[in-house]
Amino acid sequence: MADAIAALGGTVPGAPADAGAARSRGQGVFAQLTRSPSGFAGLILVVLIVGMSVLGPLVVSPPVSDVNLAWNGPSGAHWLGTNGSGQDVLKLIVRGGQVVIFVGFGAAALTTVIAVAIGALAAYFRGRFDAIMLQITDIVMTVPQIVLLAVMGAFFQLDSPVALAALLGFLTWPVLMRSIRAQVLSLKEREFVEAARLLNLGTWRIVFVEIVPNMASYILINFIIAVTNAIYALAGLYLLGLAPMSGSNWGIMINDAWTSGAMFNPLAVLYILAPVAMIVLLNLGLIMLSRSLEEIINPRLRDS
Amino acid sequence: MFEHTEHDAKSSHALMEISDVSKIFTTKHATLPAVDGVNLTVNAGEVLCLVGESGCGKTTTARMAAGLSKPTAGTISYDGQDIWSLDKAGFGNFRTAVQYVHQDPYASLNPIRTVEATLTAPLRKHGLAKNGKEAWEQATQLLRRVNLTPPENYLSKFPHQLSGGQRQRVAVARALSLDPKLIIADESTSMLDVSIRVAMLNMLGSLRDDLGVGFLFITHDLAIAKYFGWQGRTAVMYLGKVVEYGPTPEVINNPQHPYTRALLDAVPEPDPDAAARKLEGGGLKSAEIPSLANLPSGCSFHPRCPIAEDGLCDVKEPALAPVARRSVSCHVVQREDGHPGDRIRPPEPAGATSTS
Repeated sequence: MADAIAALGGTVPGAPADAGAARSRGQGVFAQLTRSPSGFAGLILVVLIVGMSVLGPLVVSPPVSDVNLAWNGPSGAHWLGTNGSGQDVLKLIVRGGQVVIFVGFGAAALTTVIAVAIGALAAYFRGRFDAIMLQITDIVMTVPQIVLLAVMGAFFQLDSPVALAALLGFLTWPVLMRSIRAQVLSLKEREFVEAARLLNLGTWRIVFVEIVPNMASYILINFIIAVTNAIYALAGLYLLGLAPMSGSNWGIMINDAWTSGAMFNPLAVLYILAPVAMIVLLNLGLIMLSRSLEEIINPRLRDS
Repeated sequence: MFEHTEHDAKSSHALMEISDVSKIFTTKHATLPAVDGVNLTVNAGEVLCLVGESGCGKTTTARMAAGLSKPTAGTISYDGQDIWSLDKAGFGNFRTAVQYVHQDPYASLNPIRTVEATLTAPLRKHGLAKNGKEAWEQATQLLRRVNLTPPENYLSKFPHQLSGGQRQRVAVARALSLDPKLIIADESTSMLDVSIRVAMLNMLGSLRDDLGVGFLFITHDLAIAKYFGWQGRTAVMYLGKVVEYGPTPEVINNPQHPYTRALLDAVPEPDPDAAARKLEGGGLKSAEIPSLANLPSGCSFHPRCPIAEDGLCDVKEPALAPVARRSVSCHVVQREDGHPGDRIRPPEPAGATSTS
């Protein structure tokens, strides 16, 4: 896979003369990102929110509960007010993104890896493997996700972010798998694949180094869309109370605000709006970023 | 069907033997015999040109020779062994020893891989280069071999940054990376500009002469067959069958089969007056190629043939038989044994010059 990653990044390792070229190509990527205003704005949004969520817990101390401060509006001490336990909403926001982002990216990575691997191999080999995999996608796609999540949430202790990411990832791969399969069916008939077969490069290499990187921008964009989908699915789980309510994150904040009737309390409106706004802004940033990534990855578009 | 063994015997050993090979494609509505009972031999370091019009089965034959598709009948042997009965390692050896250069250099190079990545992948995979530096050096040598100099300028390029001729050179360099014994060139020069084509042919010729690589050279252009395959042999295909097969100078300068003659007559005439005097359709009765799904009875060429005889050519299928130092499958030519006189060539207007 190292070559696949190199192809994604557009640099080729191991060549003495290539170091300079790689650096200028890296600068080219940044220039491309800054060229499209919406793509650059998306990048800034994503970097700010992810950076805040990763670094926040190291810098900001956990908010303390103080019953006397319950449901305070915004003030100089508490910019976004406090919740029903008197905790500072801003501190909760800063500290509450980690799990949401981890589950979003984890589930998306899992679903993308499964979809690409199975889709590409099924299309390349066809035959029995393909037929079985298509049957499985039919089954997984038919099962209503939210119901299954409800049942799974009721029966199993989904108390770790890893389990949540795995659950969401395993439920969402079939759609992407189908479109990857369709693209590989067409790509594998191209002459450069035949040339690779004639050079006896090996099936693994042909599928994952020659064919799959041709879909890199498509895969990356679908990965980002999968991140947004997973984050929304997770927020839905929290809102319905199906995910564990231990600790504190944006999803739990929404649920807490909802169950404690925050929407009827004008002073608490920020408690429910703030986490919703964070999730929406993160997803907006990701989608804006994905638009300009196409141009960066495709070498044909990059140079023109 | 071993009439042409006299040609084969003169060279040391047959690198590839295509014996009685047929390929029948079956569709819902018809069976299409794309290649029917073809016998060809390529010797080490020798050029075999396969000539014919579109749809005559040249490419299908080439793909079977490269092991890309399996013949429905007959055997393809490499180094004396049937390639489809080889074990995995043996087939791997065959795969790397027989390389293929596609027609379209825009499709045959992976658009997202640099020239360096394209050239070093086979070197690394098959252990010809132990590390990145060795692979890089060998890649520069390959580029020099195909006259892309200085190589450093090309290694980091993507295919879309190269011209058609440069891409085709990269494709040839890639085919050379595993030190092949036979290169199958499928119309490899037909997409290039005329000016680049000659340079490309000269480069391929130097590979043939310096490296002793054998060529199965597929073209629809007799001028290219003549230029590149002069020392070798030429086989003319028509509707899936070889109709004339022999040393290139014989086939091109003294064609016997009426179809070969028609192909040569179809070569564009530089003199417009002479071109205007040329007969429509190269002297053929019809310019229409019969459908593979519904082949004519007897000799499949008889509906278009200027010398076809009723009751003979439309009834009995001709076999390849030796005539005038090559093999020809034509009843009339075989009967007259290389002296068909004026019968083959239709009467030309007075003053017309011969093109061959």
